Amino acid sequence: MFLPDVVSEKSISGPCRAKCSIQYSKEFGDISIVRKVPVMKDGGFILTESTAILEYLTQKYSGSVADHWFPADLQQRARVNEYFSWQHMNLRAHCSKVFLLRVRVPIVMDAEIPKETMDFALENVKQSLNLLEEKFLQSKPFILGDKISVADVVAVVEIIQPIGTGFDGFEGRPKLIAWRDRVKKELGEKLFEEAHEALMKSSNMPQKLKNSSSFAQLKPILQKLFR
Amino acid sequence: MALELYLDLFSQPCRSVYIFAKKNNISFDFKKLSLLDGQQYGEDFGKISLIRKVPALRDGDFCLAESVAIMLYLAEKFKTPDFWYPADLRQRARVNEYLSWQHTAIRMHGSKIFWLRVRSPSLICVGAVRLVMSYLSSLPFIGLLAQRESCSEPLSAWRDRVQEAVGKELFDEAHQYILGAQESVKSMDSSKMQVYKPKILRLFM
Repeated sequence: MFLPDVVSEKSISGPCRAKCSIQYSKEFGDISIVRKVPVMKDGGFILTESTAILEYLTQKYSGSVADHWFPADLQQRARVNEYFSWQHMNLRAHCSKVFLLRVRVPIVMDAEIPKETMDFALENVKQSLNLLEEKFLQSKPFILGDKISVADVVAVVEIIQPIGTGFDGFEGRPKLIAWRDRVKKELGEKLFEEAHEALMKSSNMPQKLKNSSSFAQLKPILQKLFR
Repeated sequence: MALELYLDLFSQPCRSVYIFAKKNNISFDFKKLSLLDGQQYGEDFGKISLIRKVPALRDGDFCLAESVAIMLYLAEKFKTPDFWYPADLRQRARVNEYLSWQHTAIRMHGSKIFWLRVRSPSLICVGAVRLVMSYLSSLPFIGLLAQRESCSEPLSAWRDRVQEAVGKELFDEAHQYILGAQESVKSMDSSKMQVYKPKILRLFM
């Protein structure tokens, strides 16, 4: 997937990068007050929220984007919307939490993660993965059926998120492994690897974060988020 | 078979769907579900939605969860006026942007305040904040429930505009249960809430 004019590190001025993390810079704040990524800038039109961006792109480039990515059919489209909506507070939230608990929170909060907290987070991931298998995939090759859609892409990236930290959500789930491999094949292995390259190096993220020149400014902001 | 909507009007996303359907004269069977009585865990409801949350829709053989998905489905199927979910590329993107953002923003925080102040009366409310007991439903129609004394003027004005656009009668009808929540909890059978205790302790304590 290609995002036109996505805000990149290159578009932020050099001196600002030295002082503070990019999403908290003035330049980025002028683009998006929400200060999150991804952000799309299409001419004068700025859009946040990945699911909104995905739908915008499929609608704008409908002439070249195949229908199966975001079908026009009423019920199929409803299934995409249903997945998009559910995943925010479920698979996405739960996988992100495990990722953050393993690579960010201990550094920012200067504290070990209690076993109970991690166990609860892992149990939530398990429940979400169960629902992904039992409700969204069932016995179909992809979430919508025979063809891949944006729902599969949005789902797979979340499960991969904590893998670099040592938690593999696919482990012991042959149905999900088979689905992941089908998604990878449809997207192309090269693209799939390229998209996940930075993430797979996240095992050294705690040290990297601690050594970062902007950590002192970032720490109070992140502590507030994790409280 | 008529379209069925499984709703508990204590729930914000249920009120969104209810208001949207009624305002657009979409006829449906109102299948009342009581979350307090744990009806979402019943065997029958499990056949409608494995997610076991409300709102849920059944349209013939087609079952759908998630209020955002349900409203967009209804908007498309019943060809509601364009302004509800504009066909224009950028306008639609703005609605989608809000619908996505609100899950982990206003909706999440509003629910937390509701639980802390109404459903868990023994818990001390979070700090001295100007947050209101609020919720936001979806689409360009947005309903804001607020304690008037702590709602900012721009938000109050917007809420009043929405109420006027929807119609006061429908707006009040949808909110009659939730507005009485703080009173009704006093007469609530606390044994029914015990099933939520482990979750509350983990989420809020």
